[in-house]
Amino acid sequence: MAAGAPMGEGSASNIYRGNSLKLMLPAWAMIGVFLLAPVAMMAIYSFLTKEFRGGVIWQFSTAAYDQFFFNRGLFGDEPPTIEWTYIGIFWRSIWQAGVATIACLLIGFPTAWFIATRDAKTRSVWLFLVTVPYWVNLLIRTVSMKFLIRDTGPLNEFLLWSGTISEPLGLINTNFAVQLGLFYSYLPFMVLPIYAAVERYDFALSEAAADLYAGVWTTLRLVILPEVKPGIVAGCILVFVPSLGAFLAPDLLGGAKTFMIGSLIEEQFKGAAGNWPFGAAASTILLTIVMAVLLVYARNQNRGA
Amino acid sequence: MKKLLLTTSLALLALTGAAQAEGKLSIYHWFEYIPQELLDKFAKEYDVEVTMDTYDSNEALLAALKAGKLGSYDVAVPGDYMVKILNNEGMLDTFEPSDLSNFGSIQDQWVDVSFDPGRKSSIPYQWGSTSFSVNRDVYKGPIDSLSVIFDPPEELKGKINVLDTAGETLTLASLYLGIPQCTSDRDQLKALNKLVIDAKKDWASFGSDVAKDVLVSGDAAAGMIWSGFSAKARSEGANIEYAFPKEGYIVWMDNVVLLKDAPNRENALKFMNFLLEPENAAAVTNYAQYTSGVKGVDPFLDPAVKNSPESNPPEGPKGVFVEACPQETQVLYDAIWTNLKK
Repeated sequence: MAAGAPMGEGSASNIYRGNSLKLMLPAWAMIGVFLLAPVAMMAIYSFLTKEFRGGVIWQFSTAAYDQFFFNRGLFGDEPPTIEWTYIGIFWRSIWQAGVATIACLLIGFPTAWFIATRDAKTRSVWLFLVTVPYWVNLLIRTVSMKFLIRDTGPLNEFLLWSGTISEPLGLINTNFAVQLGLFYSYLPFMVLPIYAAVERYDFALSEAAADLYAGVWTTLRLVILPEVKPGIVAGCILVFVPSLGAFLAPDLLGGAKTFMIGSLIEEQFKGAAGNWPFGAAASTILLTIVMAVLLVYARNQNRGA
Repeated sequence: MKKLLLTTSLALLALTGAAQAEGKLSIYHWFEYIPQELLDKFAKEYDVEVTMDTYDSNEALLAALKAGKLGSYDVAVPGDYMVKILNNEGMLDTFEPSDLSNFGSIQDQWVDVSFDPGRKSSIPYQWGSTSFSVNRDVYKGPIDSLSVIFDPPEELKGKINVLDTAGETLTLASLYLGIPQCTSDRDQLKALNKLVIDAKKDWASFGSDVAKDVLVSGDAAAGMIWSGFSAKARSEGANIEYAFPKEGYIVWMDNVVLLKDAPNRENALKFMNFLLEPENAAAVTNYAQYTSGVKGVDPFLDPAVKNSPESNPPEGPKGVFVEACPQETQVLYDAIWTNLKK
């Protein structure tokens, strides 16, 4: 994306030549210790035998994946059929995260556009204002949202008082509340990358388009969007991926009535089930899905470039 | 110079480390279950630096200990069946009654308990019950049956919170059906599965740590809840009544256990002894609004707590302990729970 000065070429690199491996060491150590090792451990655990009430026995087993994909009835003695329970939970999570991402895009794009088109001085104030709520812990923000939209909360009280509605809206403990929570939690992750892209956009292109008799929508579709696309894609990934694994919003705003991917995995480690390999398997499957989506995206990007 | 600095700082580090380790106590406790003043009092009396982490379910405690926290805490406060599980897992250390000068203060009925016969690793902390409470502004009918939760009256439909733990929710459901805990009878399990799935459409939410909050705020008009939590909700202004249903309710006892590999075993024993002093046990009761298992607490109790309806079950309805199921049956209950929340 950012085509900066070509690093690793020219005179500066000569000083580092021969030391490059050593200099890479901290980066590799970081990636190895904090990224690869945990993921590898997760993948290994998903193929181990579960120990009752948490923990694993070091013995190879595919039971966790079997449980994920095949249904053998409550007592485990029926012929296997496809298990829709967990696929359904994954699908619901993907749907919720998708709705939140689209909502973030619909609100985030105009917001970013608005900020990027202010003059340089006020821009930083607007950006500052976008980030202010995010100095507060996510849990606190989610609980605050709950206070706001609950049946006895300020929103309903105001609407009732003003006569707009005659009964509370009943927002709390619904899918809508979860989507609202996710949307609110991750909005800045959409605004900031799009802002960065729009800020680099050359507005002379819009003028050129107008000179060529392109209407507002045509300009947006054919000129602006292709230019700021990297920002939009980055924003969508940054909102979608954490929304997919979220469990605070479903628990606090959705009433924890249905498992989302995050709470399903949490239950395997913290609940009575204590099925670590299954939790690890569900995490591995989730990671695979996210990786696949990102790889497809990366390939399309390369082809486009 | 560099070397000198390094050695001095290392030496200093070792010194401070040693000095702190002598006067430390690391507690792993439930949330909102001990008054800060009591911790401060212990810290001051024994010149010990007290740190505390919290958990929100017995299973979360077990998971944390299994995941490598054993050895970093001195004491924890598991419920009855979890004491047994932790002991079976080899996570508890033992002590002699003579190690605690206040051992004799434990009420007689709580010394030889099934989950820790003779109290070799634990002392009573508080005991109470799990049932449900109903907002009397919303529903004025009878609340003497668990049907209020599992087959609710019209006024309460869609306004019920249930505890987000399989153990308690499925045990109350079993009591309602009159089937034994940890059953492996297929028809009984199928009936249990059907009961909770049918009841779910009348439930607003699942939540344990919010069980009090939803009743106070009015998000829920009825909810499964622990007795002391219900008393607290009442004192925070909710017009609720705690039920002792005729089908039975859950009784539990939380216990302070000495953890294996406790870094500060001596301080842990001092702390357990401290909690057996009537005045201190009463301070916990006044705060958490459950009942202590220690003799002689009465003079120190807040009358409102002592006489609270939650702490004084009527004659008749029976309280039962939650059982720890063997693996073969536990997986069935887990499947029912996942099925319920899918």
